[in-house]
Amino acid sequence: MKDLMGIINLSESEEAIKEITYNRPIATIPIAGRYRIIDFTLSNMVNAGIRNVAIFTRGKSRSLMDHLGTGKDWDLDRKRDGLFVLNPVINYDDIIFNKGDIENFNSHVDYIKHSKQEYVLLSRSYMICNVDYAKAFKHHKDSKADITIIYKQMENSHQKFLNCDTLNIDEEGKVLSIGRNTGINKTYNMSMEMYIMKKELLLEIIQNSISAGDSEYLKQAVFLNMKNLKVNSYPFTGYVSCVNSIQNYYKANMELLNVEISRELFQKNGLIYTKINNEPPAKYTDSSNVVNSLIANGSIIEGTVKNSIIGRGVKIKKGSVVKDSIIMRKGIVEENVQLTNVILDKYVRITKDKTLFGDKKNPFVAKKSIVL
Amino acid sequence: MKSHKKEMVAMLLAGGQGSRLKKLTKRLAKPAVPFGGKYRIIDFTLSNCSNSDIDTVGVLTQYQPQELNSHIGIGIPWDLDRKDGGVTILPPFVGPEGGRWYKGTANAIYENIDFIDKYEPEYVLILSGDHIYKMDYSLLLESHKENNAEVTIAVIEVPIEETSRFGIMNIDDEGRIYEFQEKPDNPKGNLASMGVYIFNWKTLKKYLIEDENDINSNNDFGKNIIPKMLDEQLKLYGYVFDGYWKDVGTVESLWEANMDLLKEDCELNLYDRKWKVYSQNPSSPPHFISETGVVKSSLLNEGCVVHGEVKNSIISPGVYVGKNSRIIDSVVLPNSIIEEEAEINRAIVMSGVTIKQGEKIKSEKSDEIIVINE
Repeated sequence: MKDLMGIINLSESEEAIKEITYNRPIATIPIAGRYRIIDFTLSNMVNAGIRNVAIFTRGKSRSLMDHLGTGKDWDLDRKRDGLFVLNPVINYDDIIFNKGDIENFNSHVDYIKHSKQEYVLLSRSYMICNVDYAKAFKHHKDSKADITIIYKQMENSHQKFLNCDTLNIDEEGKVLSIGRNTGINKTYNMSMEMYIMKKELLLEIIQNSISAGDSEYLKQAVFLNMKNLKVNSYPFTGYVSCVNSIQNYYKANMELLNVEISRELFQKNGLIYTKINNEPPAKYTDSSNVVNSLIANGSIIEGTVKNSIIGRGVKIKKGSVVKDSIIMRKGIVEENVQLTNVILDKYVRITKDKTLFGDKKNPFVAKKSIVL
Repeated sequence: MKSHKKEMVAMLLAGGQGSRLKKLTKRLAKPAVPFGGKYRIIDFTLSNCSNSDIDTVGVLTQYQPQELNSHIGIGIPWDLDRKDGGVTILPPFVGPEGGRWYKGTANAIYENIDFIDKYEPEYVLILSGDHIYKMDYSLLLESHKENNAEVTIAVIEVPIEETSRFGIMNIDDEGRIYEFQEKPDNPKGNLASMGVYIFNWKTLKKYLIEDENDINSNNDFGKNIIPKMLDEQLKLYGYVFDGYWKDVGTVESLWEANMDLLKEDCELNLYDRKWKVYSQNPSSPPHFISETGVVKSSLLNEGCVVHGEVKNSIISPGVYVGKNSRIIDSVVLPNSIIEEEAEINRAIVMSGVTIKQGEKIKSEKSDEIIVINE
């Protein structure tokens, strides 16, 4: 895959997932007990043989830098190509917030220009899936399209992918227009916001958008150019979830308790890599009682855990009952606590005898590092 | 390119077969034997080096080194992938005068004098990759310097009835060693050598060369080098180590050391953030306990799927436990599959083994630990 470079574009709306994105982008929200959201897209790219990956951030990149390091855990610590984290360029005389991603691309246009690859794959981080990009890339080349957009045909999950882009496509797979899922249609084509095109085309789009001043976002620019370009689609048939809201984040975690889904997600087209943390094994005592749950290494379970996702280094003390909940890294649940439908961000401590519960549709969220 | 001078270089003897581990060491050297679910025996010594700020480690290999080599790699898990120093694997080699296997522990170091000289160290730390323990070698070095010693040997108290299994060091009030008894029937003390030594490199080098020229020598630290140094009145000191230390030389002791980890008051704390034990980490999701799974008093790892019952056991990464199966008082090594309705009691199941549906594994003898391979 010498010919394809990857760009992960983190300009994702955090509006509906604010509670866990105060200090981090969606890309580094912990998921599945030991991963971060971005691990899926990044690993999919690496597994397809992509060796040049750039991540365009919107700032807030401390946790991202901490997670990615030099890219070693994804085998992206390369002498040639490798991993690039590109932050928005801020000039103090010219601070305008909420500029679109086109501006960000333009600030780093030299990186894109100087990359040796002929093609570029643009993706987001919040689509959780195990997709074979190599196949999609072949489809793109074979179809001689200018742009290929990866999508999934949806039936009866209109609420789950609320606000995601939708594609109107004809019988040949040509994209006619891009819309938005308002939750009304039961059957629709959900855009996974993964675009494949020639690097030259991307540069052209960026250049034209800046000079014409008609689009701030790449998506917008592609839409405006739809008539002049051959925009094709590639169907993905596997499991996908989109972490664009707290509800969807909760659901995406809970769906991993389905063995088939988690096997597909973590193994199908290659493994999912993450930052190595050298956690010791998880420890169960005589009093532990765990069913239907994912338990990460380094945790010590003395209480009861049901239908939950327990992150690395979490402690659940005797007499406590954790149900339908997500506990992120290093959370501490002291003795005789009852938790139902809650999300505990990293380093949260729940003191003795507390009872906390949320709703399946609206889980209770405890912010990072607080003591309750 | 010239290397930077190092104060101390560690040499880790990892060539042993560990023949009393039987099937477990048929295809790999003893230091590479899996332990504690996600570790290998050598991880403890390598992590000790890393946590003690030792950045130059030579690993001497000989017996079945392939798995050990790929496990160590360039030393990434232990932060030993260094530009200057780091980990170097030192197998026996061929030179202009021919080649040979390492004849003994002392000979293995002798053959690598050039490697050590490159770093011009003051001290050389000799280690073995056979033991499970957490030890700060920088404290050992401090004591060595304070005593102005030529050799410092780490020792540990052992029950008097077990002294005949060890090399016993008898020390005076100041800690100076005045006598060494190899596996004594009539011990004068109960301080056993842990096989951890600091030598002044100049002194050791001289003795290694003399020892090599002595055709009657076994070229062994315990049998030759140490006794000769004592005879010649060198300043040998003992450093008494207080903590968990276990020689996992037999199937039974390996099983026991695994079971030690399950004790509530386990002396070997794997959960200490200030002294992590490092190893290779699998790229697998957290383990999954299903609706039918039951887990009590056990250690589990990434990638496991448990539909059955696990009690008082150590389960390594990637193990599958089928419905209605029972694993009790056992150690299951990576990527094994325990099918439905199987029963395993007091056993070590080796890597990648499949236990067929309904199979029952239990020893007739109460104290025997069964090792299952394919």
